[in-house]
Amino acid sequence: MRDAFVRVLTEEMERNDRIVLITGDLGFGVLRPLWERFPDRMVNAGIAEQGMVSMAAGLSATGRTVIVYSIGNFPTLRPLEQIRNDCAYHRADVKIVCVGGGFVYGSLGMSHHATEDMSVMRAIPDVCCFTPGDPAETEAVTRAMLRTPGTCYLRLGRGNEPKVHPAPVEGWTIPKALTLREGSDIALLSAGGILTQAMDAAERLAEKGISAKVVSFPCLKPLDKETVNGLLASFRVLVTVEENTVAGGFGSAVCEIAAEEGNGCRVRRIGLQDCFATVVGDQQYLRQTYGMDGAAIAAKAEELLDGKRQDG
Amino acid sequence: MESYEARVHSGFPEGKPDVSDPRVLAWLIRRNGLEMTHLSRGSHIGSVLSVAEIIAVLYTSVLNVDPKDPKKPDRDRLILSKGHAGSAVYSALAETGFFPVEQLKTHYANGSVLSGHVSHKGVPGVEVSTGALGHGLGIGVGMALGARMDRAPWRTFVVLGDGECDEGSVWESALQAAQYGLDRLVAVVDYNHMQSLTTVEKTLKLEPFEQKWRDFGWNAESVDGHDTEALKAAFDRAKGNAGSGKPSVILAHTVKGRGVSFMENNILWHYRTPQGEEYEAALAELEAQRP
Repeated sequence: MRDAFVRVLTEEMERNDRIVLITGDLGFGVLRPLWERFPDRMVNAGIAEQGMVSMAAGLSATGRTVIVYSIGNFPTLRPLEQIRNDCAYHRADVKIVCVGGGFVYGSLGMSHHATEDMSVMRAIPDVCCFTPGDPAETEAVTRAMLRTPGTCYLRLGRGNEPKVHPAPVEGWTIPKALTLREGSDIALLSAGGILTQAMDAAERLAEKGISAKVVSFPCLKPLDKETVNGLLASFRVLVTVEENTVAGGFGSAVCEIAAEEGNGCRVRRIGLQDCFATVVGDQQYLRQTYGMDGAAIAAKAEELLDGKRQDG
Repeated sequence: MESYEARVHSGFPEGKPDVSDPRVLAWLIRRNGLEMTHLSRGSHIGSVLSVAEIIAVLYTSVLNVDPKDPKKPDRDRLILSKGHAGSAVYSALAETGFFPVEQLKTHYANGSVLSGHVSHKGVPGVEVSTGALGHGLGIGVGMALGARMDRAPWRTFVVLGDGECDEGSVWESALQAAQYGLDRLVAVVDYNHMQSLTTVEKTLKLEPFEQKWRDFGWNAESVDGHDTEALKAAFDRAKGNAGSGKPSVILAHTVKGRGVSFMENNILWHYRTPQGEEYEAALAELEAQRP
């Protein structure tokens, strides 16, 4: 996703000389092509994220689109008040980009697990939040984001995720959800790089004769309410999947719609269950440990369907 | 009933103060500050009284701004980072024609645009909303950087509080401004030596303050922050620093509560609202100082 983002950003910077990137002293190698191509539009803010985000707001006030690039929690939780007051309140054209959402930097430990950012960023008014699920979605989302005025948050995964979409996502508009797989027994709703696990779960369910629909939500806020309502009307059980705490994140957003507008459809949220990941391990190991890999998602879906069947 | 404007302008010939004189504007900032905090039962009068000359000199003698065209592209940018002294900027803007003086009476009021901490929404002439300390210098760094990228002639000014310099973010921005060589960025610290609970000295010591800024790569100088001529000269020198490759800071030594004897250097008046006999006594003291 990171590479797809840099590829699209390079094209867009080529086209639009008002786009500037500020990095929080990160992106060695990844950003090098940009430094070489646009030395006058690249700024290293140093390891000083609060100053970086305030600076981005000020720079955007001179008629620029400012990309703030960092990893994990550093561009979100650390300068949160600067995002809220200096960027969002002023509708500053600042795009906060996080590389390493979820457990991407799993083995590095708790400090590098970005597992609350979706909840926290979603709570701030006037911040559009993007959670692409694979490189193709990242390309589409990045293009749309750079044409959306105001403050945005883009949560990326790592550099080498597998493609989920067989082809580029063409003509995507905010906040459209994307159906990856049709199904009729249960629907798996995914936001972010955990999409691979939702797809894996659907495959596992199919082997057991359960037909699971998979829908990706590359835009967390605003959420594609129409699609959520359609799913609520068509299924008895929905499962949401996110590599983030279930408190306040994507699943919560779906539950808000289900509670206010749904017809009794049950929603089960898969994600980090309001806890820290304390064991050491890589992304996939932590997904497995904390019940959000393909096997765990499939097992949960099956259990829910069994419960529903017993309910009659 | 007498209008707000008539009340604060009474005593000037024909009720029309000469707001191009920084001493007159500073007096009006104090007079309005007292009236606004009195009407609103608001706080931070001590801070408004200490920053009065700094804001007055900026609006009369330094800033290239136009009340008829508040968004003109080549205007200088002023950020009041110590947003709690917002009524000082609201006063200066109203008195210099950005919006009606009468509107000042709506400070803090339900449905008003004049919030206690300075806000840009619906207020012509205010660039940035502040209130959380430690944000303004960083925003100023971004603006100054943008101006330089555009090779634009305008300058950026940021007014900070001394207590605000407890915030680590101020020093992140100080490093960044120096690193990028933003020599058209000018910071002014309202150095009144008091903060919320007690003195700066007893909270987090800033001295040697001037040296600290120099060590961070800034041009730094100290002036009497109530001497309008000294302030003007300091701003002139800061202008002359454009080309030095360094941002400039003016440490304006001030007295919290300046102009009202019982408020001066009295921590009580960071939050206390002037009412009853205290309001009358403060008003009498200010009237006696009318320029």
